[in-house]
Amino acid sequence: MKVGIVSWGAYIPKYRIRTEDIAATWGDDPQRIIDIYLVYEKSVEGYDEDAVTIATEAARRALRRGNVDPKKIGAVYSGTESKPYAVKPISSILIDALGLPNNVFAVDMEFACKAASDGIVAITGLVESGRIEYGLAVGTDTSQGEPGEHLDYSASSGGVAYVIGKDGVAAEFEAIYTYNSDTPDFWRREGSPYPMHGEGFTGEPAYFRHVVGAAKGVMEKYGYKVSDFAYAIFHQPNGRFPMRAATILGFPPEKVKPGIVVTHIGNTYNASALMGLARVLEQAKPGDKILLVTFGSGAGSNAFVLNVTDAVLERQKADVPKVDEMLADKIYVDYATYLKNRKMIKLFE
Amino acid sequence: MEHESVPLYWRNIPAYYRLVAKRCKKCGEVYYPPVVKCTKCGSAELEDYQLPHEGELVEFTVLRSVPTDFLKQKPLVIGLVKLGPVKVLGQIVDAMPEKLKPGQRMEVVFRRVVVDGKYGLVMYGYKFRPRP
Repeated sequence: MKVGIVSWGAYIPKYRIRTEDIAATWGDDPQRIIDIYLVYEKSVEGYDEDAVTIATEAARRALRRGNVDPKKIGAVYSGTESKPYAVKPISSILIDALGLPNNVFAVDMEFACKAASDGIVAITGLVESGRIEYGLAVGTDTSQGEPGEHLDYSASSGGVAYVIGKDGVAAEFEAIYTYNSDTPDFWRREGSPYPMHGEGFTGEPAYFRHVVGAAKGVMEKYGYKVSDFAYAIFHQPNGRFPMRAATILGFPPEKVKPGIVVTHIGNTYNASALMGLARVLEQAKPGDKILLVTFGSGAGSNAFVLNVTDAVLERQKADVPKVDEMLADKIYVDYATYLKNRKMIKLFE
Repeated sequence: MEHESVPLYWRNIPAYYRLVAKRCKKCGEVYYPPVVKCTKCGSAELEDYQLPHEGELVEFTVLRSVPTDFLKQKPLVIGLVKLGPVKVLGQIVDAMPEKLKPGQRMEVVFRRVVVDGKYGLVMYGYKFRPRP
């Protein structure tokens, strides 16, 4: 049996802010903003949540869905760009929060929104080599955006976790391909609270070059065509970019829309495309092939070809909240509460 | 603000993070928070006992005068949740108090409990919320 996804878990914080409420604060035309980004509302963490708590919830659900013994996890890799600590890993906290053994490879990975998928790649190698039985790759973020700036409309919070292994695989990795370069599209310097954009670099030289490059690369190298896939999932910084990437590659909208979550939770960064994958796995059928392409600024993409197996049906029945259920389970907050929950109000400490 | 010391927090991590309780090997009584001696039979032989992460809300109250570490989280909802053989006290989050009802299903969640200022440790632990 090939190495693949044994189980998955997703976590979306319960709070949402509507695009129109952000626009009202900053004097923007809400319809224009929605037209540009296709983001109607976005998820907001609770006041007592951060990338660690979100990662823990997603990982607990992944272990529960697959009934995986935490003591069999041999690696835990967390991809994030919103660590609560500059120095102190999320992954080590996960060891004790999840009850993992101490003989577990643990590290936090950083490559903007792509790092969690690099965790999947690394764990796939560890499982393939026989060094570990199962590994846990987590994508978690409470992503930053300067209030009133464009990212304020999309940067959001959420997490996903994938158990990777050889036994009980629900979606096999048939092929993996990567495409990376030094592209200054988006960065955040040490100590800076908010990221900056390289003007004009976000689209063509960054997102589309790398996403399309990785997708074309994996299809050409391993001999796949668009018609082989039931679903295509792309990183989703907004609602328009993944649809345009699909058009460039020749994927019809009906193969892309099931994996789109950004329209109602915003860009969850390391959980973005991987949250789309969780939603797709919750409806996929055995035999379906899925193209997954992640993206991280800086910039790079990882492309995965997955083949869904019979085990997916068992995982779909598990008593774990589904992405669609979390999308519907929400409490709206106003802009002041949003700033409070995101710890953006300066307090005496 | 006075916080629990870092070593004490570290020693309590299994109880705070995963709700690891203690069970008396002699009489079977379960304790949370964990104890070092069974108050029922006096035995000092206790073993780890994992509490379930789902349970039933027994009762709750809403605090508007709150401890200093929780001043920014008013009103504070505190509930008693039956987790297997014990009732555990904890903060309830992601819920409107007017919609909470004794008997409803609750789940354990992992949250920030105390944050030691701008530079100190973030102390994590369990809280409860209604089961989605």
